[in-house]
Amino acid sequence: MGAPLIGARVERKEDYRFLTGAGQYTDDVELPRQSYAAFVRSPHAHAVIKKISMVKAKASAGVLAIYTGEDFAAAKLGGLPCGWLITDVNGQPMKEPPHPCLAQGKVRYVGDQVAIVVAETQAQARDAAELVEVDYEVLPAVVDGSKATAKDAPQLHEGAPDNTCYVWAIGDKAATDAAFAKAAHVTRLDLINNRLIPNAIEPRVANGSYSRADDSYTLYVASQNPHVERLLMTAFVMGLPEHKVRVVSQDVGGGFGSKIYLYAEDVAVTWASKQVNRPVKWTSDRSEAFLTDAHGRDHHTIAELAMDKDGHFLGMRVKTTANVGAYLSTFASCVPTILYATLLAGQYKTPVIHCEVTAVFTNTTPVDAYRGAGRPEATYVVERLVETAAREMKIDPADIRRRNFITAFPYQTPVALMYDIGDYNATMDAAQKLGDVAGYPARKKASEAKGKLRGLGYAAYIEACGIAPSAVAGALGARAGLFEAGEVRVHPTGSVTVFTGSHSHGQGHETTFAQVVADRLGMPIENVDIVHGDTSKVLFGMGTYGSRSIAVGGTAIVKALDKVIAKGKKIAAHLMEAAESDVVFENGAYTVAGTDKKKMFGEVAFAAYVPHNYPHDKLEPGLNENAFYDPANFTFPAGTYVCEVEVDPETGVVKIEKFTAVDDFGNIINPMIVEGQVHGGLTQGIGQALTEGCQYDASGQLLTGSFMDYCLPRASDVPFYQVDTRVTACTHNPLGVKGCGEAGAIGAPAALMNAITDALGVKDMPMPATPQTVWRTLKNKKAA
Amino acid sequence: MAVKVSLKVNGKSVSAEVEERTLLVTVIRENLRLTGTHVGCDTAQCGACTVSMNGKAVKSCSMLAMQAEGADVMTIEGVAKPDGTLHPMQAAFKEHHGLQCGFCTPGMVMNAIDYAKHHPDPTEEQIREALEGNLCRCTGYHNIVKAIGAGARAMAAGK
Ligand code: FES
Ligand code: FES
Repeated sequence: MGAPLIGARVERKEDYRFLTGAGQYTDDVELPRQSYAAFVRSPHAHAVIKKISMVKAKASAGVLAIYTGEDFAAAKLGGLPCGWLITDVNGQPMKEPPHPCLAQGKVRYVGDQVAIVVAETQAQARDAAELVEVDYEVLPAVVDGSKATAKDAPQLHEGAPDNTCYVWAIGDKAATDAAFAKAAHVTRLDLINNRLIPNAIEPRVANGSYSRADDSYTLYVASQNPHVERLLMTAFVMGLPEHKVRVVSQDVGGGFGSKIYLYAEDVAVTWASKQVNRPVKWTSDRSEAFLTDAHGRDHHTIAELAMDKDGHFLGMRVKTTANVGAYLSTFASCVPTILYATLLAGQYKTPVIHCEVTAVFTNTTPVDAYRGAGRPEATYVVERLVETAAREMKIDPADIRRRNFITAFPYQTPVALMYDIGDYNATMDAAQKLGDVAGYPARKKASEAKGKLRGLGYAAYIEACGIAPSAVAGALGARAGLFEAGEVRVHPTGSVTVFTGSHSHGQGHETTFAQVVADRLGMPIENVDIVHGDTSKVLFGMGTYGSRSIAVGGTAIVKALDKVIAKGKKIAAHLMEAAESDVVFENGAYTVAGTDKKKMFGEVAFAAYVPHNYPHDKLEPGLNENAFYDPANFTFPAGTYVCEVEVDPETGVVKIEKFTAVDDFGNIINPMIVEGQVHGGLTQGIGQALTEGCQYDASGQLLTGSFMDYCLPRASDVPFYQVDTRVTACTHNPLGVKGCGEAGAIGAPAALMNAITDALGVKDMPMPATPQTVWRTLKNKKAA
Repeated sequence: MAVKVSLKVNGKSVSAEVEERTLLVTVIRENLRLTGTHVGCDTAQCGACTVSMNGKAVKSCSMLAMQAEGADVMTIEGVAKPDGTLHPMQAAFKEHHGLQCGFCTPGMVMNAIDYAKHHPDPTEEQIREALEGNLCRCTGYHNIVKAIGAGARAMAAGK
């Protein structure tokens, strides 16, 4: 046996194909007799459709068919479902207005689908879409979540009075109010968590293909969870049996949440492919992606922290308005509630917390989970509050955190979660050391000597990952289980194919999971292949989001491996004529304790498939095991980020001088991949704080609809990061892992804004801290 | 109106009948089925479509196929050795984990190879500057910057 594979920086198995142009992304799939779709989309944020004229479009070259909402209604296609039922403060179910695939008489945001045009070529489909004439009666729009419940606000949905989806609350209000009544100091912030547009570099693609031969459909789609996509589409929208629908998501070019959901286009091309009896492919362009990929964040929050005179936290009170956009996207309802308010304890033993969330509909693109999903919003609230409190009380911001850190585990928070383990002082210590906080005063002086402002900010985040214990999720309103499935198929000569429901779209599962499997089976990693992203190959899966892959999907694989090893043990015992209890499996071999008897795993596999000498009376031949794993609890990755910025007061330009991240992800399988996830997450978090911000005008037109207006961080916007980890192993899964995909995006915005406000000497300023906003903030400060 | 364009792609002479408005990237992806070249935007910002034309990195989404008449184009599929051995820049991306989802990667590599030809030992800042026209949403650029530095030095060393 070579060096252990778990914990090794193994180069990725998937890289060769990506580096040579041999990846198979959905748009690369071209089927025989392929046709192409384009969508007619609403140019208005809110309007009644008076009339659709298709005469010119139908006569346009190459057009095969055009369908509108009327056709979809006639075909009895359902609307897009929401997967999480939130129950409001009065015990009533949230309002779930219909979310039609193609508009039914009314459009509610710019980009809303009105018709699908199918043609021989993509260019012809787009040309014809331009020729569809839609007569709109434009209605007034509401885009700002804070204004959606106003008396005179335009109403989006008949079934949702005051544009309110729900008012939901968690925590003990009376106890929290009582804590505030006896506080020595209260820190209060009015925070906007800016709306973001995910922008995976691969736009969405859907290619639906119907076969008359066996009355079945195949949908190739850029999705993070093909099985859930199929379940929702067949059971809730199209009324098809699942065995007649195959969903394939081979290589997917990034998701960050935006490719979790069932989208209207996926349904439309699938349905249309039967009507025209040809495969129908739609490829989003970037402009459509800006308009129609589910957006993220968009909270307005008023948050208060009560403390005693020594800065011990007594209570937290939070009131949030969450803008969910025009319709409820697949998981929209749980993001600003279950994934947000339950994290408001952060790393601290705040004894009482109360949070009320009002979710509102507006004439904007639907909002759903985007990298971090609720947890970045929670961290922003907690860590901006804590840092501000430290400044107001003149306590060192690291000290105020240490004073309040949870140090005994398991810990029951006042907002439903039970943290199993962590060591927050360890990550704080390590981050301070790695970030050379001790040397900060000298660096600040040096900056000042150059006429620059320097600031330092912390964020000590926590997240709940490994989504989710199904029973808990069910009690909280989830309409699906949140387990994961894995299958280990051992081939006759001992190599292994593993099927996982955890989709990989950049995370490197083909390598990480293979490391786990090869390590357990004591074989070279080359002998293991990981298969995902095809409902016809993988039994089932709940998909990839919420940093759940290794903790839930990885554990399912481990459980299947346990079964394989246990069955192999029985076979080996038979082959070696030993008692099963005397057989041990180690380093790829079954041995009998105290003897030199030994059977390699491959020999045992061979015996399972060529069972000439086999315990037929006790065992079936074959070596292939499935496992479904439902986690016992969430996992709780946590860490401390320290950010140091230099601000040019003349231009308002913020330069990140240092960014240090020390995370506790539990045990780590592949540190190289984990570091990569942190780098990417940090950059998205820095994007939120520094460069990205979705803007609509008052009429609901998207002003940031291209890469020229919406600023994704570029290479020159970010520094080299200093990252490290500390380990407390998760107590309730066999690998001791917690998940790492979202941490960077969760912790970075607060750390960065804490640093910038420190440099500027202001209490707060809005994200993104563009040069203009920074410059204006400084100017206003001087004027005041 | 259909026009015929003839060019060399990855050393092979090819031609295609296309509409005048057809972009070079469309010919590469649709007509030649070389799908390693990607399309990530419609405003010439992301660089996922970068190919080498007459030895220079260009964004194949921002030129018409007709403008490539007679040109010598190399796409990501033509970068590795015929036996499949990775080019030093590709190898550096693999070694330094300079890719995650892989969607931006072909464009990154094509741009990096062109850049490294003229900058055998680039600094971090120079590399970041050189990536002005390439967006990556996954990696945070950290490992891409490392990979390009290492790849450039490997190319200069004639590896
Ligand atoms: S597709 Fe060419 S730059 Fe984005
Ligand atoms: S690796 Fe995914 S966009 Fe760069």
